[in-house]
Amino acid sequence: MLTAPSLTYSLIAPILIVLGGALIGVLVEAFLGRAHRAAVQLTISIGTLLLALQQLWRIRDLSSTTAAVNSVTIDKAGIFLQATVVVLALVAVLLIADQDNFVAQASAVPGSNEEKSSLQEKSQQTEIFPLFLFAVAGMMLFPVAADLITLFVALEVFSLPLYLLAGLSRRRRLLSQESALKYFLLGAYSSAFFLFGAAFLYGYSGTISISGISTAVGSANNVFLLIGIVFVSVGLLFKVGAVPFHSWTPDVYQGAPTPITGFMAAATKVAAFGALLRIFYIGFAEEQALWRPLITVIAIITMLFGSLVAIAQRDVKRMLAYSSIAHAGFLLSGVVALNKDGLAASLFYLFAYGLTTLAAFGIVTLVKDSSGEVSDLNRWTGLGKKSPLVAAAFSFILLSFAGIPLTSGFIGKFAIFSAAYKSGNISLVVVGVLSSAIAAFFYIRVIIMMFFTDPINDSVSVIIPSVKSRIAIILATVISVVLGVMPSLLLNAATTYANFIK
Amino acid sequence: MSLLTIVGGLPLLGALIVALIPSKSSELIKRVAFGATLAIAVASIFLATGFDKSITGMQYVQSNTWIAAFNINYAVGIDGISLVLILLSTILVPIVILATWHESDVGRWGTKSFYILILVLETMMIGVFAATDLFLFYVFFEAMLIPVYFLIGGYGTGNRSAAAVKFLLYSLFGGLLMLASVIGIYVIAGNQIGATFDLTKLATLQIDNTTENLLFLGFFIAFAIKAPLWPFHTWLPDAAKAATPGTSVLLLGVLDKVGTYGMIRFCIALFPDASKTFTPLIITLAVISIIYGAFMAIGQKDIKGLIAFTSISHFGFITMGIFAMTSQGMSGANLYMVNHGFSTAALFLVAGWMMMRRGSSTITDFGGLQRVTPVMAWTFFIAGMSGLALPGLSSFVSEFLVLVGTYTRYPVAAVIGTLGIVLAALYILIPIQKTLHGPTTSGNENLKDLSLREKIAISPVILIIVVMGFYPKPVLDLINPTAEKVVVNAGFTDPIAKMGK
Repeated sequence: MLTAPSLTYSLIAPILIVLGGALIGVLVEAFLGRAHRAAVQLTISIGTLLLALQQLWRIRDLSSTTAAVNSVTIDKAGIFLQATVVVLALVAVLLIADQDNFVAQASAVPGSNEEKSSLQEKSQQTEIFPLFLFAVAGMMLFPVAADLITLFVALEVFSLPLYLLAGLSRRRRLLSQESALKYFLLGAYSSAFFLFGAAFLYGYSGTISISGISTAVGSANNVFLLIGIVFVSVGLLFKVGAVPFHSWTPDVYQGAPTPITGFMAAATKVAAFGALLRIFYIGFAEEQALWRPLITVIAIITMLFGSLVAIAQRDVKRMLAYSSIAHAGFLLSGVVALNKDGLAASLFYLFAYGLTTLAAFGIVTLVKDSSGEVSDLNRWTGLGKKSPLVAAAFSFILLSFAGIPLTSGFIGKFAIFSAAYKSGNISLVVVGVLSSAIAAFFYIRVIIMMFFTDPINDSVSVIIPSVKSRIAIILATVISVVLGVMPSLLLNAATTYANFIK
Repeated sequence: MSLLTIVGGLPLLGALIVALIPSKSSELIKRVAFGATLAIAVASIFLATGFDKSITGMQYVQSNTWIAAFNINYAVGIDGISLVLILLSTILVPIVILATWHESDVGRWGTKSFYILILVLETMMIGVFAATDLFLFYVFFEAMLIPVYFLIGGYGTGNRSAAAVKFLLYSLFGGLLMLASVIGIYVIAGNQIGATFDLTKLATLQIDNTTENLLFLGFFIAFAIKAPLWPFHTWLPDAAKAATPGTSVLLLGVLDKVGTYGMIRFCIALFPDASKTFTPLIITLAVISIIYGAFMAIGQKDIKGLIAFTSISHFGFITMGIFAMTSQGMSGANLYMVNHGFSTAALFLVAGWMMMRRGSSTITDFGGLQRVTPVMAWTFFIAGMSGLALPGLSSFVSEFLVLVGTYTRYPVAAVIGTLGIVLAALYILIPIQKTLHGPTTSGNENLKDLSLREKIAISPVILIIVVMGFYPKPVLDLINPTAEKVVVNAGFTDPIAKMGK
């Protein structure tokens, strides 16, 4: 007799809700008239995300390793990460809702008559909403996946929509499509690496479950384990943009529509670091002597490389891309710390950094000239004179990235470095503060350009943002300010929720 | 809530009020800002009158949980050393505002932002001297860079944005090194006595030698950049040249004192053994600073650059007095911090008026001012005399104490340091001769003498310089007990027992 598999719907409901919302979105695309689609899609997306958040709140104290037939582990840290993804998605969707960042008709060849007519018709590409929701669902599954197969499925579920979304920029379409292709090809490679490693881990331990691997550690020839760890790490490090697997980051960040870049930079980091933390804290913790030196070295070169190369950037989106690489290095310090403080610090950092990043890219969408967004930093000169509020907000965000006290970035950095120091990785702390000093240079240079330099031309201006973008940017900035002054609000939660179960 | 918190919070309140005034009424903004800082100065004098000199511990203490996860507290309190530095800050700010009434008119962003920045800075200056929680201190220490950065970059002259960036990057670099040390000591505390940032508790830690030396260096380099000690000084002349005179007064008079204050409060108190290890090196750097600063000052063609380099020389004296580890040296260094604040203020403010009138900061552009503008010339003369530590003016007492205190332990350093006094006569007297005496250079004939506002602004500074020269006892009474406590806690005894006074 067959017994029904135990799914424990309530625990996976947040993911299911988002997937459901995405499917409804697809149906809306198919059956609803063009005129109402955008509004309906936005409502569905926001509603779905709010519903998912509410369900996460209801299950906040529950935990289980057996949900969805043992393929999902719901624990405190998992719920925190999922909630972070949903909150970031809620802010991001408001930015995405500003349609003029996206191509009017994705299938039209750049420069063709078809494209022109679709622009004249003011047709809108509303598929982005269901695609976005699919990506969110994948990101929610990624940090709670309990076995390598689920992990891989989640990886693909959130990556594929992102590959598509990256190619949908309205302006500089060729650049955008090129970046999408690059992202897709490299992403496919990294997925292959991941699968390759997963196969080795399976061969080594005879199981695909992460906790099963940790119990199998020490039972057989270490070489297979090492190969498995290395290749799985390559796949995951690619997603977080760690050196030397970072080369897609600047191109994709620059080419993708800015709201998507913001969403990718913020939420992908949360999901991928969530998975990294789980797999290293649970799966490989017993074999730490094998991988900790490796990840330490990667963290060090990631921090230094990101900070150093960012100095040479002249494009604000590329600069933010390299800054995100440096931040990936800081976050890897939390992975290497391998203690409860490290986990708590990473959770705080991911939330705070994600919101700040969204605010940063949100502001980038506002700086425009007649032909669209201007990301060339030289043309940002004198912005502080034209729109002091926007420039002040962006300066605050940059100071937060730089980790100046009284910003959320400082608290995150302090938390992560003290966890790393506690675990004995003093070299990481020293390199961390040094690269922060290097990074401060290019953040401050942007502030100089905005405030201390006179505008060289009048063509660049800050557009008046729509209500949606305004809500998103103000919300993200205000939360960043609050988290800098009163970090306890989130730190206490992060400390309470810093718990993985096997 | 302790009175200290109220005094520290008042400038923020003032900033809020200024923010609510419409930008157009710039005269009203100035008056409100001046009134607010004057009220704060009065409040801080209340703080001093309520201070019990017989207690060497912290007073006006207050502690509230801030970030529970790391056991970080909003913990403040003052002893004699911090009290005199807070008084220095709160008294200088209204004087600066009154003296440089029109300074904000020509900046990039107008009057309102200028005074908001000044008021926010004042809160941080009080906070940095009042913090008894290491983390809280660090937050003020780093956060105060931002208003100064905007004050230099937005309202300065010449190559202001480059100077502002240089200042910020140097300070940030030092601050981040210090952050590594702060994290280190926090983690060590966590292993030994439980995570804490409380200064008195941190002082009880047992740290092995290598770690202690490294942690000490993290703090010391940060403070040596701040207080500019040779070879970490290169940002200061640029910043002082680019900043407005008022900002320079606050920068050299108060902010740089955070460096020397930090050496006393953190380097020596938390790492006494490492302090001993590094003392010879630090004394050497201090002596080099004294001589180097003096020689560079002699060669300056720019008045602002001149004052900046004299300050580097003076900071050498202060550092030497601190690390001589004698009670006279320590008291002298503390007194020096206050006196240097006022004499630099006098020099910079008068120099600022001279430059504003002449439209130039080159020394040779002036000449014969004594005849044209006698009041301005006399104030500049007195300020200069205080800078070269003429007996009877305040700096003399402190310089004498520092040298005596150093001589008992490091006679050679003290003797070389004395050379600095000789050189001081050169770097002060030559510019005074060039600017005030001799024939009136063309272009200077019609310069106006000090206005009533300027006279009112400078008179308290001159008064303090003279009174403290003859009667430094009230301030020394505040400083002495704490200074002795610092030396004793660090495990030193005076080489020559103190004579009864």
